[in-house]
Amino acid sequence: MLIRRPTDILPSEITPREVYFNRRQWMVGAAGLALAAALPKGLEAAPLSAAKSPFSTDEKKTSREDVTSYNNYYEFGTGKEDPAAKAGSLKTSPWTVKVDGMVGKPAEFAVEDLIKSSALEERIYRMRCVEGWSMVIPWVGFPLADLIKRVEPLGSAKYVAFETAYRPDEMPGVGSFFPVLEWPYVEGLRLDEAMHPLTILAVGLYGETLPNQNGAPIRLVVPWKYGFKGIKSITRISFVDKQPETSWNKQAANEYGFYANVNPNVDHPRWSQATERRIGEGGLFVKRRPTLMFNGYAEQVASLYTGMDLRKFY
Amino acid sequence: MAGRASVQADGKSFALPQVPKIAVYIVGFIPAVWLFYAGITDQLGADPMRYLEQGLGLWALRFLIATLTVTPLRQLFNVNLLRYRRALGLLAFYYAVLHLLTYLVLDQGLDGPAIVADIVKRPYITIGMATFVILVPLAVTSNNAAIRRMGGQAWAKLHRLVYLAAIGAALHFVLVVKSWPPEPLVYAAIVAALLGYRLIRSLVKKPSPRRRPA
Repeated sequence: MLIRRPTDILPSEITPREVYFNRRQWMVGAAGLALAAALPKGLEAAPLSAAKSPFSTDEKKTSREDVTSYNNYYEFGTGKEDPAAKAGSLKTSPWTVKVDGMVGKPAEFAVEDLIKSSALEERIYRMRCVEGWSMVIPWVGFPLADLIKRVEPLGSAKYVAFETAYRPDEMPGVGSFFPVLEWPYVEGLRLDEAMHPLTILAVGLYGETLPNQNGAPIRLVVPWKYGFKGIKSITRISFVDKQPETSWNKQAANEYGFYANVNPNVDHPRWSQATERRIGEGGLFVKRRPTLMFNGYAEQVASLYTGMDLRKFY
Repeated sequence: MAGRASVQADGKSFALPQVPKIAVYIVGFIPAVWLFYAGITDQLGADPMRYLEQGLGLWALRFLIATLTVTPLRQLFNVNLLRYRRALGLLAFYYAVLHLLTYLVLDQGLDGPAIVADIVKRPYITIGMATFVILVPLAVTSNNAAIRRMGGQAWAKLHRLVYLAAIGAALHFVLVVKSWPPEPLVYAAIVAALLGYRLIRSLVKKPSPRRRPA
């Protein structure tokens, strides 16, 4: 009988410590998954601690129920209730965001690392949809500028392009015979807009991690722009020197511009943008309220557009 | 005119179980009653006004389509629902009234200048209003007295405006949404098929001898 002495064991045969521990992690994870599957959906959200922010509005918040059940996320269907009903199939963990292009330090960030390494803040923002309704949402996130500083953009970078995940197996809306939009969903900002302190990457709302229908695990929030600029479930952020393509602009360039700043004086070609309905206010007898220039954030952002014809750059 | 609901098979006609016309109205108003009830009791989701407004509009279009289905059903499948066509057409009109009232009162809060601006500047509202205006004379003349007064031919001619109303309603729906989601396109396709059928039939029927006016 040949008994190998320890020295005979090749280093390559030894299970590395990480894998060994990963196996445990995997088992803990599997147990967690089984538990999660057994629990009702809402309980999967994990609490996030976040500092208050002077940028928050003190307006009445839209209920969590409304914020998480009335969504536009066309990858899961065009109905407002579709995302809440169908987005559960999106696998949001593990999740990485690739940051590339004109940067000194391109990187791939795991979302959980971003959450751990960022100073999370609660930002209660107004959200104005291009369709003429609005909400007040308590986001949890961190300034996009924090991430941008980490990757050190080159002088040549002028714009930031964003991309949503494209997963036909998990997104029932993208495989349709007659696509509503060209997938994957893409968005973009000018670098100074991206660096603005109001611009955040949100990872949660109402003090918990994002529900899938709201763009889990990480999404963009730019409160002075129409909601469609807030790209969801981001997988890639690229720094570029030319104005990037944006999904709705590709779909109908005369209706949805690159800037898409909330502006009561520039109507959508098919409907007025002068007023809006605040969701959850008044029920059937909701009263329209005037839409504010830059969604009420003019004081902070108007200077970004000095000298620009906002009718032309809508 | 007052044909019985019937199915003709092998040249023989047998009566479908007779349903009183009032039943069509009662069943037809169930969606409206439910929508208002659900709206007032906060069961229409996050944006109840919009849900009510769109729901009523959608039912108007559905009844308009049902009205246009009566003739092809009779010609192609020998199913005669002519007896109920007036009720279906009037239901379409009543839903259009409720849809318009919801827009004027609940959506726009009777803001005159905003409504006028909408009608003038927004093609989908212009088309929606025009469609409603077309439906008014049809609804007003949907009774036996009007047929007698106008004479069958003139009445029938006037009521061909329903084709225009159907096009208007379908277009109104397509233009109100972002991008090209499937639902309004499906309705537009149904309207196109129902009108296309009539167009083709009228072209095919042309060779048949025409009576000259005396």
